[in-house]
Amino acid sequence: MKRNMIIIGLVIFSIVGFFISVGVGAVKISPKDIIRSILYGKDTVNYQIIWNVRIPRTIVAALVGISLSLSGAILQGIMRNPLAGPNIIGVSSGGGFFAFIILIVFPHYYYLVPIGAFLGALIATLFIYSLAWKEGVLPTRLVLAGVAVSSLFSAGSNGLMIFHPDRVQGVINFMVGGLSAITWNDVRMIFPYTLMGIIAILFLPNKLNILMLGDEVSTGLGLKVEKTRFIFIIISSLLAGSAVSVVGLLGFVGLIVPHMVRLFIGSDYRYLFPGTIFFGASLVMICDTLSRTLFAPAEIPVGIIMSALGAPFFLYLLRKKEGI
Amino acid sequence: MAVETKKLEVKYGDKLILKGADFKAEDGQVVTIIGPNGSGKTTLIKALSRYIKAHSGSIYLRGRDIYSISTKEIAREMAILPQVKHVSADITIEALVAYGRYPHLRFGQRMGRKDRKIVDWAIEKTGLRELRGRYIGQLSGGESQRAWIAMALAQKPKILVLDEPTTYLDISFQLEVLELVRELNLSLGITVIMVLHDLNQAARYSDRIYVLKDGDIRQFGSPHKIIREKMLKDVFRIKSHIYQDKVNGCPYFIAHKII
Repeated sequence: MKRNMIIIGLVIFSIVGFFISVGVGAVKISPKDIIRSILYGKDTVNYQIIWNVRIPRTIVAALVGISLSLSGAILQGIMRNPLAGPNIIGVSSGGGFFAFIILIVFPHYYYLVPIGAFLGALIATLFIYSLAWKEGVLPTRLVLAGVAVSSLFSAGSNGLMIFHPDRVQGVINFMVGGLSAITWNDVRMIFPYTLMGIIAILFLPNKLNILMLGDEVSTGLGLKVEKTRFIFIIISSLLAGSAVSVVGLLGFVGLIVPHMVRLFIGSDYRYLFPGTIFFGASLVMICDTLSRTLFAPAEIPVGIIMSALGAPFFLYLLRKKEGI
Repeated sequence: MAVETKKLEVKYGDKLILKGADFKAEDGQVVTIIGPNGSGKTTLIKALSRYIKAHSGSIYLRGRDIYSISTKEIAREMAILPQVKHVSADITIEALVAYGRYPHLRFGQRMGRKDRKIVDWAIEKTGLRELRGRYIGQLSGGESQRAWIAMALAQKPKILVLDEPTTYLDISFQLEVLELVRELNLSLGITVIMVLHDLNQAARYSDRIYVLKDGDIRQFGSPHKIIREKMLKDVFRIKSHIYQDKVNGCPYFIAHKII
């Protein structure tokens, strides 16, 4: 019951986060006016601001938060490793490398960055998975293969930057993860994957709970361990890859959000998944609002805010909670 | 016959670990596998529990080839508690035991009233009623082993496979776990297949003992037939003397020295 209350609290938190994110900015708009403008005021200035700028950006912030957090929650489960996050299956390094190739070598094709990053993320994941395969994939081997492949891709990305120092400026925003210049197109890019991820995890929390018990116990309980693990890895790669393709390298969200929720709610995925969805969405929406407003009119990428606020808060929770 | 293997061979890489084992566990018996380290006991258990695949030979579960049965169906017949188990410290006993219902649920299906009743029953059977809301991280070694056994019971299995269920437990918890296993065997008729390191405990709690060495089954039979000075000398390299435990009606030995 306590856990259900926490989830309800997080739902309310994300609704509040939505209205803050849409309402706060150079022009402040009250929640009442937000609803009124959306419903009736098609020709007003407020409507233009809300509908064309703030809402797509807020929605993308929420979807990115959901995707990365779910991806991290899944990976921490299947690797049984608290340090696992989207980075570990090469999503950031692979997606980053492909995006860098486009941004640095073929800057005229900048509009291909989302697709390139998405493909890069998937390719890196499959590459890591096949390298770790040896009569099955053990979590530790997967983590190690992930670390190795990631550093390979990072070396590629760094090499590109060294050889083209004049074009580094263009990739910085991508590297730290930012939500400026988001449009409805970005919403369309990420939405299907987030939706797919949410639907998938509604049916799968039990399988992940079982997988957490170890490969042998899972087999004993009648779970097809390899198949299930592969499906989960693909789901988390699609989720994180779609997020990276839209906002750049914001992997930290995927590491800390599931942990924060775990500290409140525990490790049972039937509760952890919904908690992660709502907390991930709220956190990125609110941090993005800060990134727009803190030093307005200048904007700092949301990735920096996330880390600057998230890391200390995370450490505080870690110190406070006993037995972890 | 609950479980039977014929000429079972298992390889790790190129190395032959089990060299054609013929193993049988009859319905309703407690069958214990003993043997020195590296003799292939755990490998046999892992093969029986379909965790590692046989290189050649066959394994039959109640007369059917184990590789022809769906993994969920096997899980409804046979529960397995390996040595290596993981669980988050913040999971309650009740939640852990409920995982035992997994093989009985269809895709996406939630637990119904019948499943909850079985979970309650398993908790009751293992004497965990008072502790059911506790987190696994708060339990003693003996309590958490009982919680795992409760999870296995919730599968409603006809066969229970345990790999060294007493490891890391002090002597009273060891006996507690073995008494529980024997009690479940007698009252519910569950066939038990287990690996034990302590030979005196094997002698006391088993109907039948299999002796493994270097991947071969050397001997099998009743405790009285197996626990002999010659076997202890040949298989375990110890010089010993056998006594009779009149309280429990089983043989026991004292090891004098290594040969």
